[in-house]
Amino acid sequence: MIKHPVRGRFGPYGGQYVPETLMGALDELEGVWHEAKADPQFQLELAGHRHAFIGRPTPLYAANRMSAHFGGAHIHFKREDLCHTGAHKLNNAVGQALLALRMGKTRIIAETGAGQHGVAVATVCARFGLDCVVYMGTEDMRRQSMNVRRMKLLGADVKEVTSGTKTLKDATSEAIRDWVTNVRTTHYIIGSVVGPHPYPEMVRDLQRIIGDEAREQYLSVDGKLPDVVVACVGGGSNAIGIFTAFIDDKDVALVGVEAAGSGIKSGKHAASLVGGRPGVLHGTFSYLLQDGDGQVLPTHSISAGLDYPGVGPEHAYLRDLERVDYVAVGDKDALAAFKLCTRLEGIMPALEPAHALHQAGVIAREMGPGGRILVCLSGRGDKDMDSVDGG
Amino acid sequence: MVAEASRLDAALRAHGDLKLVAYMMAGHPNRKRSLEIGKKLATSGIAALEIGIPFSDPLADGPVIQHAGQVALEHGMTVGAALELAAGVATEGTPVVLMTYINPILSHDPRRFAAEAAQAGVAGVIVPDLPLEESEPVAGWLRSASLDTVFMVAPTTSRERMTTICEHSSGFVYCVTVTGITGARSELPPGMTELLGEVRKHTDLPIAAGFGISRPEHMKSLRGSADAAVVGSAIVAEIDKGADPLPLVKGLLKACR
Repeated sequence: MIKHPVRGRFGPYGGQYVPETLMGALDELEGVWHEAKADPQFQLELAGHRHAFIGRPTPLYAANRMSAHFGGAHIHFKREDLCHTGAHKLNNAVGQALLALRMGKTRIIAETGAGQHGVAVATVCARFGLDCVVYMGTEDMRRQSMNVRRMKLLGADVKEVTSGTKTLKDATSEAIRDWVTNVRTTHYIIGSVVGPHPYPEMVRDLQRIIGDEAREQYLSVDGKLPDVVVACVGGGSNAIGIFTAFIDDKDVALVGVEAAGSGIKSGKHAASLVGGRPGVLHGTFSYLLQDGDGQVLPTHSISAGLDYPGVGPEHAYLRDLERVDYVAVGDKDALAAFKLCTRLEGIMPALEPAHALHQAGVIAREMGPGGRILVCLSGRGDKDMDSVDGG
Repeated sequence: MVAEASRLDAALRAHGDLKLVAYMMAGHPNRKRSLEIGKKLATSGIAALEIGIPFSDPLADGPVIQHAGQVALEHGMTVGAALELAAGVATEGTPVVLMTYINPILSHDPRRFAAEAAQAGVAGVIVPDLPLEESEPVAGWLRSASLDTVFMVAPTTSRERMTTICEHSSGFVYCVTVTGITGARSELPPGMTELLGEVRKHTDLPIAAGFGISRPEHMKSLRGSADAAVVGSAIVAEIDKGADPLPLVKGLLKACR
């Protein structure tokens, strides 16, 4: 009997909207993942790589000068920018590379927007001796040229995607088409909590280490939890990663920050939860930026990593449950937060978490002294030098 | 599964010769021209016409059909306009099958889509990103509008899945002969005949072979193992060049006999 993927649903969201050709591979992946999760040997191996290769646990950092700047509320960063390769993306890539080895698949494909996921995948492929192809839109290759060079040095074949909007959406479509064609030999490492089941669940499980560590670290400082946890949301993997540990802590508010680009009203944004409605893209049913006829709309954000018209199905569910408050922050505010954090803390954040930093400032001013805010600093900003330009 | 005799089942059953199913994209190269092409194809001797409704992100399609869909969207093609086009072509009498992705159907409202497709005289619907597990309630609405729901099997489909997919398909079973996306290929994939033989064990419905099929010699190799061949990208490429697709279609039809 064919089972309905009940476990692949977050309320009404999620599912497996893919060509028949991939159904067998998704089934295999789900099986291997559940087997691996329950295997102490796999967990031990993963823990070893997290420690010695990624550099976990990453620190919890008290951003005292930003706290003072925003009126005295305590702002802490979970320093995912200190992960090897510079972002949280490696948490997922390492786990999925181990699964590919377990399945005997020696060719890896991935999509990338900002290039952080592409670099993470190219890195694990070098580390484990796997063939690596990364799909990246022309537009993203231009604005993230340093990451393109890094991927090439790591031995990845970076394939330029010229279709559609030439960004993450089109790179993902092209990666899925490659997977449909080479599914027998190839594992597709999706970079976020998007795509068909089991990806949203599996990537969440691989990223929840962020929140698990942060919660423990936060408690160990003075025995209390934060009032608010803030993270940026493109596909939403760093956000799910930090939120998951706090979901059951009813007193902890969770805030997801999408990219408002030039403003929601301008139509030039990437805020699917704030400005979209449910639909199917890349194998999953979730909030989506689409026109009245179900065609996916072009998006805009200064941050390539948030420039995606969809969002993970679990975020859609958390939005409907009102467990997470989703807001949108625009290009200008994100840029200002990038510069502020760089100058005040000596930490150059990626433009993606700079959106979350701006919102953390807004919340800090509302809360005043005594407020306790935890921000997921999901990646470092060196890659964004060309977009930020001087300042 | 279908109470009344299915028009697609009747049209695609081989009875010796191979049947040809042609594919075109609604609104490609533009609305007016695609209606003319549709009517011309429908009266060319093919068994059925597949009309694609464009979607911005067609995961199962290669560059030729992706491009055609993009052109159609740029010319303002919509689900509503594609249904009108289908109605215009269906009057020629050849069964019309719509092929599109799930999001335009969801956005249009599946119930309304089913009713309007039936009203347009459409015979069946194929949705390549709607595997059996995700097919309800959409397939239910299609069935209750007396439309055939054509499901796909692929070279990677397990025997177990094949049984269930064939049970739920109506009109015909679409056998994707390659592990891959749409697009003309010079050679047919190895193992194709065995795959078609395996599908035959699981169903009494006609079997249409599709993806990668483009040449008269392909028709010859499919005779005896498939009931029908679906040719898409090769025809769309002709239309895209501004050429008349009829000579290609005539050549393919000749090779079917």
